[in-house]
Amino acid sequence: MSRLLREPGGPADLSEVELGRRAYRRGRQQRSVLVAALSTVAFAVVMWITLANTPGWPRVQETFFSWEHAVRAFPAVAEGFLLNLRVLAIASVLVLIVGLAIALLRTLRGPVFFPIRFLAAAYTDVFRGVPLILVLYLVGFGIPGLRITDDFIPGEVLGTAALVLTYSAYVSEVFRAGIEAVHPSQRLAARAMGLSHAKTLRLVVIPQAVRKVTPALMNDFVALQKDVGLISVLGAVDAVRSAQIATAASFNFTPYVVAGVLFVLLAIPTVRLTDWYTARVRRREQMGAVV
Amino acid sequence: MSAPLLRLTGLRKSFGEHEVLRGIDLELHAHEVVALIGASGSGKSTLLRTVNLLETIDDGVIELRGDDIADPRTDADRIRSRIGTVFQQFNLFPHLSVIDNVTLAARHVHRVPRARAKSRGLELLDRVGLAHKADDFPDRLSGGQQQRVAIARALATEPELLLLDEITSALDPELVGEVLDLVRTLAEGGTTILMATHEMAFARDVAHRVVFLDGGVIVEQGPPAEVFAAPREERTCAFLARFLG
Ligand SMILES: Nc1ncnc2c1ncn2[C@@H]1O[C@H](COP(=O)(O)OP(=O)(O)OP(=O)(O)O)[C@@H](O)[C@H]1O
Ligand SMILES: [Mg+2]
Repeated sequence: MSRLLREPGGPADLSEVELGRRAYRRGRQQRSVLVAALSTVAFAVVMWITLANTPGWPRVQETFFSWEHAVRAFPAVAEGFLLNLRVLAIASVLVLIVGLAIALLRTLRGPVFFPIRFLAAAYTDVFRGVPLILVLYLVGFGIPGLRITDDFIPGEVLGTAALVLTYSAYVSEVFRAGIEAVHPSQRLAARAMGLSHAKTLRLVVIPQAVRKVTPALMNDFVALQKDVGLISVLGAVDAVRSAQIATAASFNFTPYVVAGVLFVLLAIPTVRLTDWYTARVRRREQMGAVV
Repeated sequence: MSAPLLRLTGLRKSFGEHEVLRGIDLELHAHEVVALIGASGSGKSTLLRTVNLLETIDDGVIELRGDDIADPRTDADRIRSRIGTVFQQFNLFPHLSVIDNVTLAARHVHRVPRARAKSRGLELLDRVGLAHKADDFPDRLSGGQQQRVAIARALATEPELLLLDEITSALDPELVGEVLDLVRTLAEGGTTILMATHEMAFARDVAHRVVFLDGGVIVEQGPPAEVFAAPREERTCAFLARFLG
């Protein structure tokens, strides 16, 4: 509103009618905010009273939402969570690289590349089909079994490898869809000016494909944020495993809730960002951009 | 007369069973402006695409300044960078600003340093009247402005030959004029142009020669005054009657 008023001309130039319209809109807006706040409070109170009056509530509260246990478990869970964050950072970079590489391999044309295309396609089919937990077990217990090295391979390394294997398969499909969605005449225009096949991909096709699939990639990133918690099954001492250890010592489940809260706090900004970006892309497309 | 800039001999091209070009012979001299006319589907675009090697031909010879460029051993990217092309639509790269669109080939094909490519690009944009849009993105431009940028981009590599494929047919009528005016200026400036067009009035005005394509062959060609005023062939008459009403 205030931005509108400051636009060229200034409020002095506005007609009576327009000023009236703006006052009315402002009033409506204030009213909606008030209504939303009231209904939220009312809803929360009803929820609270309902929950608190169930017969088991005191016990559930003590077992899952004990402030004392939360405080005690927090340092260990938070430290474990830092491991999750590291795994997330490394895995997401690797997934982007491997996923894009596989997508590009699948676009290669010509009979020479048949085996490469075939392998890349087989890879995506297999790893999109197998449950992540199975990949974790297979990598976690299979790779050490190969005895490539005598050193002990930490669970977080094996876990990261398994996450990268699975997520690269998803992400390569996303990239491939993006590459195919770039209008063929864009490629033609690039080739017509003498750009080689590789440069056409690098300078024209991939930048456009990446823009098209950014929302989908962000969704996969949110999923990966949660799935980094699964590396705990390979013995990596991450947030989930730390919570498990704390729980085993105290017979109280609050540490799991603490870990859960940390994961949610991590996810909220990404989810918001994804929503915002997706909405922006949609708006641009509806404005009839030539993209 | 000097040797032709472009010479097509016995050019053939099929898509599956459908033979689109059945033996095209055509010569184009430097500074000449030739308009390709013909019904939709007569193969005008296909002919232009074969000339800059975006389609492989089934038979025939394509010579650019005497070199056989259809030979599979030639470096197609090098040849293409000597020929500027503007298509009907979707020409510009939406993820690049106007100036980056114009300088892309110079920088990445001819390896011109960034600063020099940019000053040359701004000159070209100035020539098409769009220097003030250099930093905008294509989706902020009108269709006519987009096509003018596309022409500037095609000129950026200083091509020996400019191929224009119905560059106004996707435009609203009121935007056609600004693009055609630009082509007229280029033609008067001596640029060699081979263009497919449905703008008969424009072809009559600007082209030195009109080539009528039908059934995969050149049915008739000559100066526009002759072809439009007194076509010799039955089929040309029928086509022009439909077009000029
Ligand atoms: N890539 C392709 N694969 C199969 N058939 C094609 C292909 N490109 C063109 N054709 C066919 O070749 C014929 C000639 O097409 P072309 O685009 O050259 O016609 P045109 O004269 O440019 O028509 P218009 O005036 O509508 O642009 C058409 O029948 C078309 O269907
Ligand atoms: Mg065409």
